[in-house]
Amino acid sequence: MGPLLMTPISDDTTAFAIASAIKVLLFFGVYLVTVAMLTLAERKVSAWIQDRHGPNRTGPGGLLQPAADGLKNLMKEELSPAAGHSVLFSLAPAIAFCTAMVTWAVIPFAAPLPTPWGVVSLAVADLPVGFIFTLAISSLGVFGITLAGWSSNNKYSLLGGLRSSAQMISYEIAMGLSVIPVLLLAGNVTMTSIIAQQANGGWNVLNLSFAFMTFLISAFAETNRLPFDLPEAESELVAGYHTEYSSMKFAMFFIAEYANMLTASGLMATLFLGGWDIPFTGWDNTGDPSLLKTILTLMSFALKTGFFLFFYMWIRWTLPRFRYDQLMSLGWRFLLPMSLGYIVLIASVLLVLQLLGIQPGYAQTGVLLVVNIIVLLLVFVVFDRGRLLSPTTSKMSAAEMLRLRTQDRAASTLPATARPAPEMGD
Amino acid sequence: MAINVKVMDRPVEQVSYVRATLSGLAHTFKHLIDPHKVTTQYPEETEALSKRWRGTHRMLTNEDGKAKCVACGLCPTVCPANCIKLVPGEDEQGNRFPLVFEIDEFRCIFCGYCQEVCPEEAIHVGRHYENAEYTRDGFVYDLERLTSQTHPVCEMWDPTDPAGE
Repeated sequence: MGPLLMTPISDDTTAFAIASAIKVLLFFGVYLVTVAMLTLAERKVSAWIQDRHGPNRTGPGGLLQPAADGLKNLMKEELSPAAGHSVLFSLAPAIAFCTAMVTWAVIPFAAPLPTPWGVVSLAVADLPVGFIFTLAISSLGVFGITLAGWSSNNKYSLLGGLRSSAQMISYEIAMGLSVIPVLLLAGNVTMTSIIAQQANGGWNVLNLSFAFMTFLISAFAETNRLPFDLPEAESELVAGYHTEYSSMKFAMFFIAEYANMLTASGLMATLFLGGWDIPFTGWDNTGDPSLLKTILTLMSFALKTGFFLFFYMWIRWTLPRFRYDQLMSLGWRFLLPMSLGYIVLIASVLLVLQLLGIQPGYAQTGVLLVVNIIVLLLVFVVFDRGRLLSPTTSKMSAAEMLRLRTQDRAASTLPATARPAPEMGD
Repeated sequence: MAINVKVMDRPVEQVSYVRATLSGLAHTFKHLIDPHKVTTQYPEETEALSKRWRGTHRMLTNEDGKAKCVACGLCPTVCPANCIKLVPGEDEQGNRFPLVFEIDEFRCIFCGYCQEVCPEEAIHVGRHYENAEYTRDGFVYDLERLTSQTHPVCEMWDPTDPAGE
């Protein structure tokens, strides 16, 4: 082992290629194991919330359950619908699976690692387009689900696929717009610069709390998790887009769901919780890279991502599913205009701060925090309770509501004979 | 409208989705960290059975290890599922004993009439339920099997002590 070089490894092409290959292998190995363990974690969390123990028979504490599930899925019969489109039917899980994994590639998961051959940046690909890449790839993921729904030649699958595409397209917009303030603050789209900005000026969850809220909600919708799991609403659509899937193809959708969850959690940690930054300390961001720094920041990142993963599960076992029109109205009538307005607000605040000569840093964070608290109070106290946000209905006009109610009342007071006979087949 | 959609008159002005969500999260978290779980870890721990539980049969034996049964034929007569097969035999002293006594536990409806009707208190339904078998033939219990089983037997309902105390 020679002395540690403090130059980026990308200066040397061969070393860079080898380092990247190792990163890809190591990283996706860890990633897939994590995804497998997530299925167990989900079952454990659901069990604990429901006062049960969860799987505890395979291996110590049920730790081998994912392996058993995987083995079972491999052994299962591969079914393919006779009237379906067999090529697309096989392609769809692959698309869902790959896009879910590729998104993760741009997220830096620890401080750069020094090696004898140079400093290795710990993101699989630290792309200059950064966040835009994640948006592009995550919108490709919807193809997998839509194609699965269409190629199955099954009405439930098709409905699930359609719902999924509508939902993901709607929430993609809100998601993209809610990140624009983050990019405004960072002045760049690469993940590394977003993390560096948060290390210097406080985490974006304080800077941009409202953007965090909208991103969180959109991320739930993007990953098709409860309360937005309409594409696979089992009470209405059997299993939605993967009704016809069996065996490993089904497992791939399952893996894709958890991979998406992991990616979204990583993204939230990176964009809003400072990525691998360790709070209240500056030493991890300054000075030469070291192994200790890498390990500690990796733990910090894992902790933050783990929190969001837990939060995903926690929400899933708490909230019931939205109705479809509520989902759409939340996306288009609330999240979209709100995040648009928020961009304007944050841009103006930043402009004013710049004119006043306040540099990015803790003063700026303080001002933004106050602005955010005001916005959150406005949204959740003033506009809540049916004035803008309603827990039970999409906003229906008062006249329409009255018409429906009088009709309902009239129908229920009619004698049974006077009621119109139900149509056949109802 | 083609169908009558019931539109609920909800007090929208008084409820908040955000607050409901937060209180829901608090509620589920309380259960999450609560160490008390309701599941019975079955093979390791079992729930206590009622004294009047009617499960698979036992034939009680007298001191010399023979079945108490005197082959009177009451139990196959009273059995509503017709699952008891009894072939009576008699030795030189005139004591009656069953040559064949088989109970098909698959046909049995576990009513407990056989135990109630038995004059010798020989056949009993037992406080037992783990009776899986690999073949259907395994569920036909012969006399040897009925006498060799050791699980506790059912205490029939006593009209003078309805609560079973």
